[in-house]
Amino acid sequence: MKPDPEIEAAEAVPTTVDLAAEYEASGVDDVLRELDEELVGLEPVKRRIRETAALLLVDRARRNMGLSQDTPTLHMCFTGNPGTGKTTVALKMAGLLHRLGYVRKGHLVSVTRDDLVGQYIGHTAPKTKEVLKKAMGGVLFIDEAYYLYKPDNERDYGQEAIEILLQVMENTRDDLVVIMAGYADRMDRFFGANPGFRSRIAHHVDFPDYADGELMGIAEQMLAGQNYRLDTGARAALGEYIALRRQQPHFANARSLRNALDRARLRQANRLFAECKGPLTADDLSTIGAPDIRASRVFEGGLDVDRPPRQGEPT
Amino acid sequence: MRITQGCFSFLPDLDDVQITAQVEYCLANDWAIGVEYTDDPHPRNTYWEMWGNPMFDLRDAKGVMMELDECRKAHPDAYIRLNAFDDTRGVESVKMSFIVNRPGTEPTIHMQRTDFVGRSQKYAWDVRR
Repeated sequence: MKPDPEIEAAEAVPTTVDLAAEYEASGVDDVLRELDEELVGLEPVKRRIRETAALLLVDRARRNMGLSQDTPTLHMCFTGNPGTGKTTVALKMAGLLHRLGYVRKGHLVSVTRDDLVGQYIGHTAPKTKEVLKKAMGGVLFIDEAYYLYKPDNERDYGQEAIEILLQVMENTRDDLVVIMAGYADRMDRFFGANPGFRSRIAHHVDFPDYADGELMGIAEQMLAGQNYRLDTGARAALGEYIALRRQQPHFANARSLRNALDRARLRQANRLFAECKGPLTADDLSTIGAPDIRASRVFEGGLDVDRPPRQGEPT
Repeated sequence: MRITQGCFSFLPDLDDVQITAQVEYCLANDWAIGVEYTDDPHPRNTYWEMWGNPMFDLRDAKGVMMELDECRKAHPDAYIRLNAFDDTRGVESVKMSFIVNRPGTEPTIHMQRTDFVGRSQKYAWDVRR
């Protein structure tokens, strides 16, 4: 590339930029540190976000020097299985974009198909616009975006919502950032059918499934947040639970784990009721034991509805 | 003749940046914003046509400006005003109202004086184009 005279002129201008100072001043560091501390695993995602933050910081510095005028396309697509932290990361992303000054208010409006698509003719456009107006100055998070497009029904109102979305994504790049989320394969099919979206989305971030060890870390973090802890037996049981649960249908990573822990707390409360004879200490009240976790149906082959019928059992 | 109703009407017309700033002020006070338009600026014409419902739960003025632009596109030669509604007293009472669009040539308000019984006089106003 031949040197741009404009760039050279700008470099001659004494206004230099200290990226480290910019970084400090923007408060991006706080968001990234929170991201590191609060989210277990997700290394590729964190790396992508750090890269995006660096890009935006540099871009902002360039704009301050008059090297570029356009707002970069910031619309994103988060793909990954359920419970891999897409919504949580979107929330952090909103904070990040706000600190960097790419969105004015930095709030997150989380919607699904129901919030955008109407029930009858003429209902969709006002509904979609209402949501868009609320999201202005912030981030619009569309969960399971592929449900907007239903190829088997050509009279589906989802298409109308898609058209309005595309128009707004193009025209109000300074005011709104759209993040779409969903399963990777269905998202690909959705983009295949709506090429307009693919070209307007600059950042595709893929969320990997959590490893067993990471889920364990998440479990401990969740419990610590509620002032519970696992004893040694329970920790081993939970390790087995995670490995078993993963084999079974409808495994939703951290969300499955949260539900499992909620049920374990329920069983712990029942156990305390059943066996307690004397006064209980705070430690008793906040310790989850192995039996609380071992009682789960996961250890018996999962939910009845999901399990193939055993021999001799009525179907 | 320049119609003077609501806030800022004795000032030069607000530009979009100034309107945005005023809307931001309203939103910062948790007021809902409604867009209304009319072609009859008579002072007794209190209720103007509503451009959609008032907008609740907005966070940023851009949402209002989008609606305002749509309204301007549809009614370029109408009076358009923004009303800000405050709900702290349990009703949506208008806290602020200002004109954001005027027709190119504004109509005049003509006063009609009528003699009446015993030298008294009656006054009436009508909008003339």
